[in-house]
Amino acid sequence: MSGTPETTVVTPYVTLTPETAPTPLRHRPLLTPRVLLPASVVALVLVVAAFPGWFAGWFGHGDPRTCDLANSRGGPTSGHPFGFDIQGCDLYANVVYGTRPSVFIGLAVTAGTVIIAVVLGCAAAYFGGLVDSAVSRTMDVFFGFPVLVGQVVILSTIEARNAFVVAGVLILFFWPYTTRLMRSAALATVSLGYVQAARGVGASPWRVIIRHVLPNSSGPVLAVVGIGIGAMITAESALTFLGVGLRQPTISWGVQLNTARDAFRADPHLLLFPSLFLTVTVLAFVLLGDALRDVFDPRLQ
Amino acid sequence: MVAFVVRRIIGMVPLVIGATFVIFAAVYALPGDPVRAIAGPTTEISPATRTAITEEYDLDDPLLVQYWYYVTGVLRGDLGVDLRGRPVFELVEAAWPVTLQLGATAWAMMALLGVGLGTLAAMHRGHSPDWAVLGLTTVIVGIPYFVVAYVLQIVVGVQLGWLPASGVREGWPASYVLPAVCLAMLGVPELARLTRASIIENRYADFVDTATAKGLTPRVIMVRHIVRNSLVPVVSVLGLSLGFLLGGAILVEGIFAVPGLGYTLFTGIEQKNGPVVVGISTLMVFIFLALNLIVDVVCGLLDPRIRLVRDA
Repeated sequence: MSGTPETTVVTPYVTLTPETAPTPLRHRPLLTPRVLLPASVVALVLVVAAFPGWFAGWFGHGDPRTCDLANSRGGPTSGHPFGFDIQGCDLYANVVYGTRPSVFIGLAVTAGTVIIAVVLGCAAAYFGGLVDSAVSRTMDVFFGFPVLVGQVVILSTIEARNAFVVAGVLILFFWPYTTRLMRSAALATVSLGYVQAARGVGASPWRVIIRHVLPNSSGPVLAVVGIGIGAMITAESALTFLGVGLRQPTISWGVQLNTARDAFRADPHLLLFPSLFLTVTVLAFVLLGDALRDVFDPRLQ
Repeated sequence: MVAFVVRRIIGMVPLVIGATFVIFAAVYALPGDPVRAIAGPTTEISPATRTAITEEYDLDDPLLVQYWYYVTGVLRGDLGVDLRGRPVFELVEAAWPVTLQLGATAWAMMALLGVGLGTLAAMHRGHSPDWAVLGLTTVIVGIPYFVVAYVLQIVVGVQLGWLPASGVREGWPASYVLPAVCLAMLGVPELARLTRASIIENRYADFVDTATAKGLTPRVIMVRHIVRNSLVPVVSVLGLSLGFLLGGAILVEGIFAVPGLGYTLFTGIEQKNGPVVVGISTLMVFIFLALNLIVDVVCGLLDPRIRLVRDA
């Protein structure tokens, strides 16, 4: 089947020997500027997503749904630093409130794919045989066609597209990528001596997986979590922007960018501010993920 | 080799059936009245017209029967007729050269930039060029590519007016540069990092020691031995990224109004034009699978260490 590595590609990581084994996790510095700087931006983004009301009112017009068509597409003025959108709503308040669905989807999809990856990846690696074949062949189907095409086809058939539906469809198409990672890491662990020993003394599959396999094979998946959140936020906004993701009246960056599509030549500020917030958010998650990856999985450096 | 290719193609059959069925079933489930869509929004639909249209498009048959008509049609090279009476095959015929040009341009840019930056970073490992490449690739990953597309369109296309902002009226290369750059950015970071890691890994290979011992110059060792050996995983990723380019083309062609396959699919979705969506998606699945197969074969030819596994 397509998608499985029928070819044995010589990967760059095969020569990891005990001599070059990484320093234990607790000896590696975690609180470096490379981690702390994006981490503080991520923390700020999370607070904004949780409590947009705290920030939206800074310039005195905190309600994103108080709109006056007379102000349609107006540029920045006092009290409205980002100007107004097509409906005449304060763009700053809208952009602040738009943080929530994006961050929610980013976190929910990543959590969902990681949970599926841990369950299916460990099961496939530990039990092998039929379980492994079922999981692997299902993944092959998803690797068999362009992800975006599949998402667009499925989403365009759903009328009520709220954040949960969009998150669900993203999970449906992205779980194979994390599961593949988890499966190969768990597969490498399952054959190790201490797992064989635990099996030998009669530990239950559940106990072996939870106590021995999982803790020693979760590194690669944890390492891509930050980048994954950023990528999922991008994926959501791209789908929404295409017109098959979130839809009005949900306030989200993708919706704002989608409505700004036809007006961008005359009023670039409609496009500028949502994309600026989107970019800063995604970049913060990606940079944090990158820094953490080097801590969790130094082989990739 | 022939046996391997045949086995792979046989292995693809269930995948093709599964993928096309999902696409077909999803579009079958599209909300709305297909008869209304065919007749147009304003026409009065008489019961006779409704019967005629239902009859012509086999709308009354169950899903599986309709799917069977569709599959046998595809096997005859017939992608069906869209809701405006145009054969989908004609739409594809008009669109594919555009997507091919765009994809090839983007792919070439991606290969040059990705391998170039990766090699640069690896040769100066731990020094400023390495950090610059790392920073650049991280920023590219972090900025959503449709934002990049819009910024380029506004700044380069509209405000500076250096290149056409949309459409393909000015032909290749002028009209294709901006969309191709955006598409290429999708793959450059991964490619650059992979190239870098691969080259760094190969620097400590035994054959490099041999080459050094023979007295070859560092430059010759780098170009002839290290880079060449490092390109195998890179070629594999380069090939697979063709599939991602297909997907990314939907968005980029949509933004820059490039009338290729992605744009046709995009407008098909917007107009709820089921046969177009099914036809183009099917075609994309076929292209994707064919590319995967070609990549595996090419990698096998490039590097004899790669065995084409027997039980494929």
